[in-house]
Amino acid sequence: MARTLSILVDGRLLDVSEGITVAAALLNAGEDAFRDSVSGRPRGPVCGMGICFECRVTIDGVRGRRACLERVSPGMRVTTRD
Amino acid sequence: MTRLRDVSVDVVVIGGGPAGIAAATRASEAGKRVLVLDEAPHLGGQIWRHLSRASLPTRAQRWLDRFDRSGAEGLTETSVVDLQDSLVLGVRWNEHVRVRAPHVVIATGARELLLPFPGWTLPNVMGVGGVQALVKSGASVAGKRVALAGAGPLVLPVAAALARAGARLVVVADRTPASRVLRFAASLAGKPGELWQGMRYRASFAGTRYRWGTRVISAAGDSRVQAATFAAGGRTWTEPVDLLGAAAGLVPNTELARLAGCEVREGVVVVDELQKTSRTGVWCAGEPTGVGGVDLALLEGEVTGLDAAGQPVPRSLLVARDAGRAYARRLDEAFRLDAVEIPAPDTIVCRCEDVPGSAFDKSWTMRQAKLYTRAGMGPCQGRVCGAALHAMFGWAPDSVRSPVVPTPVASLISTLESPDATT
Repeated sequence: MARTLSILVDGRLLDVSEGITVAAALLNAGEDAFRDSVSGRPRGPVCGMGICFECRVTIDGVRGRRACLERVSPGMRVTTRD
Repeated sequence: MTRLRDVSVDVVVIGGGPAGIAAATRASEAGKRVLVLDEAPHLGGQIWRHLSRASLPTRAQRWLDRFDRSGAEGLTETSVVDLQDSLVLGVRWNEHVRVRAPHVVIATGARELLLPFPGWTLPNVMGVGGVQALVKSGASVAGKRVALAGAGPLVLPVAAALARAGARLVVVADRTPASRVLRFAASLAGKPGELWQGMRYRASFAGTRYRWGTRVISAAGDSRVQAATFAAGGRTWTEPVDLLGAAAGLVPNTELARLAGCEVREGVVVVDELQKTSRTGVWCAGEPTGVGGVDLALLEGEVTGLDAAGQPVPRSLLVARDAGRAYARRLDEAFRLDAVEIPAPDTIVCRCEDVPGSAFDKSWTMRQAKLYTRAGMGPCQGRVCGAALHAMFGWAPDSVRSPVVPTPVASLISTLESPDATT
């Protein structure tokens, strides 16, 4: 069993498995709207490999990070639909 | 704070999938100083994406272990944003890596061709390989109703992996006509290995029929996908789903090769017998030279690594590579994309800028589409809609400019300053 760590997603504390990506952590927590499109519609991960930029979120204050390319780390703060 | 690091090596490899790993390993074993740059958290590329190396197939583990032993270095979570002559610029969080290398290997893999259809922008509609990548990255699909609608050899292994991960596969569809696939399968009579592998995949989701000549035509839901509609022959039907993987095959990633000035013909990078591109000092291996799968990528990578290191390439390796290419061409022919359907006018085509299909005139070029509609001007830089518009209207891709991945201006400015400067 993988060890777990805690991250903060939109102010909500999540226990997630070590080593997984932010995208996987959010999907596993039922968060599937990662960002709002330019016309305000919810979007989530599509390509899973850093090509489409649909999964971008704010991580530790840095906007536009691709959640599918970042691994979770202890205390990481993630903001969706930012 | 942005730090700039300068690195000099003999060979820089862009992309840490099978082709890049094989190239780097061979060159490093020949005594060269080698650096591999990759965007993902681990080396391995899409096919060998993993959380723990122990979970990978034996061959993948062997190659990654051999790479480690070779002394080649890997720098992960690094996006290559520029490539000029022997200078490669990578961006890694708040660090910028400027790599000088007389030998550059482009091993940037392939992406999925994602065709627009009504509802494809809903959360939980992904690519076929997209679903696979997320599962390999730790996303759970256990108990979820999943439909796959793809094209080509990727669909079967993804379906098998999802079944193993506990997904409920409601539809597994491939838009390729059955007749064409049957002809191809018959031509494999002398290759029992591939047939056996196909059957093994098939067995692992027994109970879900593999539907040829079937595609997804729409997805529906309020704030996420809840149902998908499929079409086969004249018939359409709808299934409730929690997750939909939809794609129409693979497209080689040629942006960096084009930026470097390498000749690209019909969407693939032109290489010679030794994987050299038209640019001196630049090699290309794996999917950018034509989608061919992991076996061919490894062989092309080996040839590349040896030649970039100035070593002779054994005849047997070239023969195996050529056989792999011939097989890949037949596979490509079997699964080639026929004319694609144009979705309803209000369907969004450019997802970054929310540009609907009705905004385009098919007599345009991609450049005109960008200027008039902003399609292809968003963060993905047309990697998604550009390939779709090419399939829909035959538009050639627009020219490539650096940075090829969105990069904060401050970080680009820092690369103009003196080495090891901290801004």
